[in-house]
Amino acid sequence: MTTHTFKPDMPPPALTFGPIAWMRANLFSGVFNTILTLIGLYLVWLIVPPLLEWAIFKADWVGTTRADCSREGACWVFISDRFGQFMYGFYPAELRWRVDLTVILAIVGAAPLFFKRFAPKAKYGIAFLVIYPILAYWLLHGGFLGLEQVPTSQWGGLMLTVVIAAVGIAGALPLGILLALGRRSNMPAIKVLSVTFIEFWRGVPLITVLFMSSVMLPLFLPEGLSLDKLLRAMVMVIFFEAAYIAEVVRGGMQAIPKGQYEAAAAMGLGYWRTMSLVILPQALKLVIPGIVNTFIALFKDTSLVIIIGLFDFLNSIKRATADPAWLGMSTEGYVFAALVYWIFCFGMSRYSMHLENKLNTGHKR
Amino acid sequence: MKMVKSTLAVLTTAAVLGVSSFAQAGATLDAVQKKGFVQCGISDGLPGFSYADAKGQYKGIDVDVCRAVAAAVFGDASKVKFSPLTAKERFTALQSGEVDVLSRNTTWTSSRDAAMGLNFTGVTYYDGQGFLVNKKLGVSSAKELDGATVCIHAGTTTELNLSDYFRANNLKYTPITYDTSDESAKSVESGRCDVLTSDQSQLYAQRIKLAAPDDYVVLPEVISKEPLGPSVRQGDEEWFDIVRWTLFAMVNAEELGITSKNVEETAKSTKNPDIARLLGTEGEFGKDLKLPKDWVVKIVKEVGNYGEVFDRNVGAGSELKIERGLNALWNKGGLQYAPPVR
Repeated sequence: MTTHTFKPDMPPPALTFGPIAWMRANLFSGVFNTILTLIGLYLVWLIVPPLLEWAIFKADWVGTTRADCSREGACWVFISDRFGQFMYGFYPAELRWRVDLTVILAIVGAAPLFFKRFAPKAKYGIAFLVIYPILAYWLLHGGFLGLEQVPTSQWGGLMLTVVIAAVGIAGALPLGILLALGRRSNMPAIKVLSVTFIEFWRGVPLITVLFMSSVMLPLFLPEGLSLDKLLRAMVMVIFFEAAYIAEVVRGGMQAIPKGQYEAAAAMGLGYWRTMSLVILPQALKLVIPGIVNTFIALFKDTSLVIIIGLFDFLNSIKRATADPAWLGMSTEGYVFAALVYWIFCFGMSRYSMHLENKLNTGHKR
Repeated sequence: MKMVKSTLAVLTTAAVLGVSSFAQAGATLDAVQKKGFVQCGISDGLPGFSYADAKGQYKGIDVDVCRAVAAAVFGDASKVKFSPLTAKERFTALQSGEVDVLSRNTTWTSSRDAAMGLNFTGVTYYDGQGFLVNKKLGVSSAKELDGATVCIHAGTTTELNLSDYFRANNLKYTPITYDTSDESAKSVESGRCDVLTSDQSQLYAQRIKLAAPDDYVVLPEVISKEPLGPSVRQGDEEWFDIVRWTLFAMVNAEELGITSKNVEETAKSTKNPDIARLLGTEGEFGKDLKLPKDWVVKIVKEVGNYGEVFDRNVGAGSELKIERGLNALWNKGGLQYAPPVR
């Protein structure tokens, strides 16, 4: 009996599968594309090695003063020496645990909201949104219930950036939704008020708004009464961003077919229930990218508070570069700032994509 | 950005014009004593003048002026709170009462003194626009800068001063404008411009930013007058006198050889009537200003005399290493002169 032995499988043709094939199809598929690829590679070779050399291989990492840096590469000693100030501003060093605790509480407190099986999600979420801000204010600002007061003039660094952005986001979203509803309302008074509000705040640059809050407002207030600078800035940021959110949400609401309104009406739902149960859930889901876009812009806009002498993350770095002990470190400072801003903004954009996928109910095209 | 800037300028002007002077004689000192600290406006970061060190403490000449006022009023230089102010909001902060003293690298000019509702109390630093050049150029005077490429900061008075100076001396130049001092420092280093012009005090700071600071020199010519000093609200002469004489006390202390180290001893042992009057062991100098008898002792003890303050922040004892020059005492070839105490 003869046994038939199969020949071993031939490998797939290299020109159809595998990395070489992929490169042929995507990078070298014609003369023009080949030239583009080569130019691209040349640019990468031109930029990346010196960058790595500056940022990593020739950089100085350890030390405490400028003398510890050879200045051939980046001097990250500057960043590590001033790291505390970049993160917390002038928040007293022995009280910085309060800032840390606030952040930890936010993460721990919000965690259950991300578990699918956590049943009383809505109730918990509302309770969290009510209790946490009070708790955070108590921890960060203090001044009652046994915690020493830390005036907002000592807040700064990344902490201030996050506080302004978080308060701005938390305040602007509900206000923006209300404004969007107001603008679509049939009641003339509410409609006119909403339109005026939105168009006013969209019509002025944020920097002017902040400047006015800092320069004009004190002149109208009686002498001696000075509103907290940070409070002024946060109110202005909320109003400003709410106007943008309102327009984004309105866009979403206009995309909902008229049939949805009619169906809700046919089921006997009133205005608020139509909006909260039928229209807004669909509209908000549609405009997640737009909302997150606004929030990312808001996060980056927080650095404009320098105009009123608040020292957020970027400005803390700028201020540190004015110290004669560290003159000439601005490149390192700005690179570090760019990295941190990128981490935050990229994080936000990934979260928005995750949210879009999670809420996708098949309408997405 | 230009648009925004001009909008801001209009707003500031409007704000400033709308203000009536609501300060009253004596009101500031009473208010300061009541709240227990001096609120002082400083800059948002200027090497040698006001900056924050690693511990978050403000340092610099402008900062020390504030601390000296606190020492004079309370006998304690730490009883001062600082408000970092941008150039645009500084005058409003003073006018609206947000700060009691504005010590923020501000040039004393006629328009500011007369129209802004504030009074300058003196000069803490005689600054002026100067030039920074590479030693390789072999230039020893600004008059030899014909045909040079000059780096300037956009939109400042330095631009105007520069063109006036070169035209007056019949020299040609090519200006390159930059927005920040970091950019202009980099372009001097790369050789894109031959000369960097700015206020002299800032040129020394710029020089440190360069990779090889010793290859560059600051030329001796000063082409503009920039007397920098603290200011207070108009209409409260009592507070004005306190801030003004705080400066004078520091200059007088240096002239009489009183330093933070020997001040207490000198106060006890002195036979010199000038020193005795200044330090309050003789006469009623403090009482006239509504200050404690030993207020000058406290200033010098806690902050130092003018020479010490200069040396520590911008002079030989600092990174900047600026020479005394115009800021030397009058009897040593400079301009720092204080009226006598008697």
